[in-house]
This record gives sequence, C-alpha cells and structure tokens, in this order.
Amino acid sequence: MPVTVALYDGRVDQPNPRTSISPAEVAHVARLARLALSEEELSMYTTQLAAVLGHAADIAALDIEGTPPTAHPFPLADVFREDEPRPGLDRDEVLSQAPDVEGPYFRIPRIMGDAP
Amino acid sequence: MSAVRDLDGWETVVGLEVHCELRTQTKLFCGCRNAFGDEPNTNVCPVCLGLPGSLPVLNRRAVEYAMRIGLALHCQVQPSVFHRKNYFYPDMPKDYQISQYDAPINVGGWLELPSGKRVGIVRAHLEEDTGKTTHVGGGGRIHEAAHSLVDYNRAGVPLVEIVSQPDIRGPQEAREYVEELRAILVATGASDGKMEEGSLRVDCNVSVRPVGSGTLGPRCEIKNLNSLRSLARAVSYEAARQVEVLAQGGEVAQETRHWDEQEGRTYSMRSKEEAYDYRYFPEPDLVALQPSPDWVESVRRSLPALPAERREEVARAAGVPVSSEAVATVVRLGLDGLVRAAVSAGADANLALRRLANEVAAGLEDHGPPDAGAFARLVQMEAGGELTPAQARAVLRLLMEQGGDPAGIAERLGYQALAADALAQVLDQVVGAHPREWERYCAGDDRLAGFFIGKVKAATAGQADLRAATTLLQQRRATA
Ligand SMILES: [Zn+2]
Repeated sequence: MPVTVALYDGRVDQPNPRTSISPAEVAHVARLARLALSEEELSMYTTQLAAVLGHAADIAALDIEGTPPTAHPFPLADVFREDEPRPGLDRDEVLSQAPDVEGPYFRIPRIMGDAP
Repeated sequence: MSAVRDLDGWETVVGLEVHCELRTQTKLFCGCRNAFGDEPNTNVCPVCLGLPGSLPVLNRRAVEYAMRIGLALHCQVQPSVFHRKNYFYPDMPKDYQISQYDAPINVGGWLELPSGKRVGIVRAHLEEDTGKTTHVGGGGRIHEAAHSLVDYNRAGVPLVEIVSQPDIRGPQEAREYVEELRAILVATGASDGKMEEGSLRVDCNVSVRPVGSGTLGPRCEIKNLNSLRSLARAVSYEAARQVEVLAQGGEVAQETRHWDEQEGRTYSMRSKEEAYDYRYFPEPDLVALQPSPDWVESVRRSLPALPAERREEVARAAGVPVSSEAVATVVRLGLDGLVRAAVSAGADANLALRRLANEVAAGLEDHGPPDAGAFARLVQMEAGGELTPAQARAVLRLLMEQGGDPAGIAERLGYQALAADALAQVLDQVVGAHPREWERYCAGDDRLAGFFIGKVKAATAGQADLRAATTLLQQRRATA
C-alpha cells in the first residue's frame, strides 16, 4: 500500500493542464537554476519541457476521485536512525576538495543579500 | 525619518516566525554532532555536505522533540512529508534545504501569553538548519563584504520553525510572545532557548492598518533580529516607516527587509527580479512521517507542566489574578517551586509570592534562589508576626547571600518582633496619649488608623509587626 498523507490546507496547486511553456519562462527557470542557456538550448528546452508538461496534463486528466494522494512510491513510512553521533569526514580532506579555502573555512566570493 | 512617529489611528500587526534549534546529539539527517562552538567544519559528512550518492536518514529524537513542541503549542500532530526548498546560496552546500511544505508535522495550535491573550499558531514544522557564513571586509556587512567564509557545522542541525498567526499587536506583545515561546521550548526540553547562541532566531512580518480595519495591509518580513531588544526596536521602526509611507500617499511594498542594529533601521535588500521561487518538490530520498497515535500520546504524557499551567497554579495558591505581574515574574524565573514548598509547609502563599516576585527576583542573578525549606520558614515567621516586613526582607537578603536558617539569622541580627502583649501595651499608651484622634477614629474616620500605626512604629523603633498592630487597633475599636 502506498503511504497516504492528507494535505492540510489545500495550498497545493491543482495539476496544471497546460501543455505549453514560453521561452521567457524557460529562461526564468534557467536563471533560478543558475544555468546559462544559448538561444538554441533555450529553444530546445522549451520544446522538451512542453512535452513534459503535456505528459503531466495527461496524468492530470485522469479521474482520481476517491484516490488519496500518495507521498512516496515506496510502501514505507517512518524510517529513522537513532540520535547517536558517528564520525564524519576529516576536515583537511574536506577542505582539499574546495575551490578556495581560508584557514578552517570554505572561502566564497562576495555575495549579494541575505540568505533566503 | 523619525522612528517615533505618532501611530495614532494606526494599528501594528505582527506575525512571527521563530526558528528553534533542537537539542539533539546529532543532525537531522546524519550522525554528525549537533554542537555549538566546535572548531569550524569539523562536524561534517557526505550527507550534510551534499556530496553525490549520500542518503539522508531522519533522526528519531528530532521528530520526538518536534512533536513535544507541537503538543505544547496545542497543535495537531499529523502525517507529514519533507520537501526540497531549492535556492542558490552558499550556506547550503546541496543548493536546497530539506524542509516541510504543504504537509508539516504540527498544525493549528495556540500559545497563551501571561496577559491571558491567545496567539494562534499556524504550523510548527521540521527542517534542517543552514551553514554559517561570515562576511569579511566592509565591517561584517553583507553588501560591503569583500568575500565570505563558510562553516558547515550548523548545516543539517534540526530546526523547528514555528509560525504564528498575525495576532500580535505591537513591539511589546511581540517580545512577550517570544519570551513565552522560549519558556515553553525550554520547558519541553526540545531547546536550550539561547538567543545569543542562535538557538532561537526570529523573523517578523509587520504591517499596519487603520484602527478598526479588518483587513491586513501589505507586510514586510524583517530578518536579522538577534535579540528581544532588536525585535521590539525593529517592529517599532518598521510600523512607523510604513505609516509614514502611507501618510505621504505612498504604498507599502511587500518585501523582505534587513534590520541594521547599529543604525536602528530596516532596509530593503532585494530587487524585484531577485524574488525567490523555491520550486518546492517532495524529497525523494525520504519517506513520509506517520507517528502512531500511541507514540503521539506517549509524547503528550511526557510533557512537563508548561508555563501557562504553572502560572495558573501559583495564581490559585496565592489568590491573585493569573495575569498579575508577580505571577508571571515568579514563573518566568522558575521560582514557582518555592511557592509550592511554602504552601506545603503551611506558609502563606500570597506572602511567599510577594517576597519571591520582589526581593528574591531582585537578588536572583547575584545569589541564586534561597533554600526552599528556609524560605518557607521565613515566610511563616513573617506571617506569624515574629518578624516585621522590613526585618523579613533583611533576613531574606542574608539567606540568599549566605544561606542558613532564618531563625538563626534573625537572632544574630537581634530581630525580635514585639511579643503580642508588649505590642498591646504600646498601643494602649499611644491611644491614651491621643484621645481626640481616638474619638474620631472610633467615629469611623479610618484615615486615623495610619496615624496610630505610625505612632506605634515610632514608639517601638520599627520592632513592631505593623500588621499585627493594625489588627489589634481594629479589635480595640470594635470592642470600644
Ligand atoms: Zn553530516
């Protein structure tokens, strides 16, 4: 049995039956994912994402009246570990993988704004 | 612009989001230690560094703490799932934070302030904390920094985010809410409540509206509030700023603003195109959380008495309103056990409450609380007239400073309230010396009571128990 979870406030969007996406929307998503796309890529992904949306629209068209929402394809819930410390990684090894470090820290370029 | 603009005619509406670090041994999804102040980047592993191929596994204790918090806030504990909140910021090496979105573990509760007002709780969900970035250059300010340093010890530490309804009105109430919430979190054992170590972090949503309006204005979210004082100052400042904008015919933009403690002002950080779009989706590496009713009930039963309950108990014992300041003080300082001890020793609870809320509270930071048994005996001595209030206060001070037995301290100080018969004699003399005043007092002029008691006090050089003297005076008039 799949695990079902009742959604408490209905804030989850209803499946969107759209089958198209504009190049501007693809550019927006690419920016959120920090991807620099060429014009050809933008056009290619616009076509590909429209196909994905079409697939989602097919699913959205199904009659799911009476079918509870599914949290996970595995019939599992409540997988835990106990609150017991385990050794992690060696700091020198960890920092040696980083592009830039300063003392015991990862060093990163100047950033704009607060964390979200 | 002045931050003290008159808010006449405007109401300040506040909703708070409080992030509370849980006191677990390990992080939320890995076995790295959850410890404040360790050497940077020593509590890290493939899971909390977001290395490919790692798998998060949920910490059972963190779930239990989250349920304790939810139940203490009268929330419903419900089945829940985890989502990825996607964003690019170097405080999260995975480029997403695992959080709860539309199905959080706790929903729909409330918190009662000492004033008796209830503030609604929308939700209290589990999520992981982020790493800590330190901005170098530009005086530590983000927008002027040359570069930043990151410590991932905190990345993955379990948090519960508690979101209130916009039920809070003004800076003082915002402060009371956080103080009460902190007391509850500490009482549940889920948090150490240390704002100065960042265990408790507050973001606030502020809007203003004309008094009497039922709709909410556009709100600003204020970040970087590191103390209760910052919170109160930021709410005051922000409300005044918004009223100023509206008074000049402008519109308040819904946005995130940063509190600058040194300048005492908020400022806007992001341009519109920077607006966040977190693209939440279910975390495929984690399964749902469905605490059984038995587990929830056992957590509920394990909860200790919470501050609101303790205030009620103290108020009932002392016969004072639950909203009284003394009750709030005594419970906030954890002195209600001394009221209980005094009551079970047969001492007067109301007197115990007053001594605790005043003298004990004042000396608590320097000396710690007095021994419960000794305190109860002291209250009994004062209530029984063996010590005058002034003497009792002096004995209590020594009791807190040095410990010991109140009777012994009183003897050492030469304190002895006048025995009842000696007091009666003094009163006889005082009344005899002022026949006209006595006549007026007997005729019903109660103001003369103070006159006679003053004379008794002077005649006995403060050794008389003035309450006992008052009782004697009243008895004397009744039988005159
Ligand atoms: Zn880890």
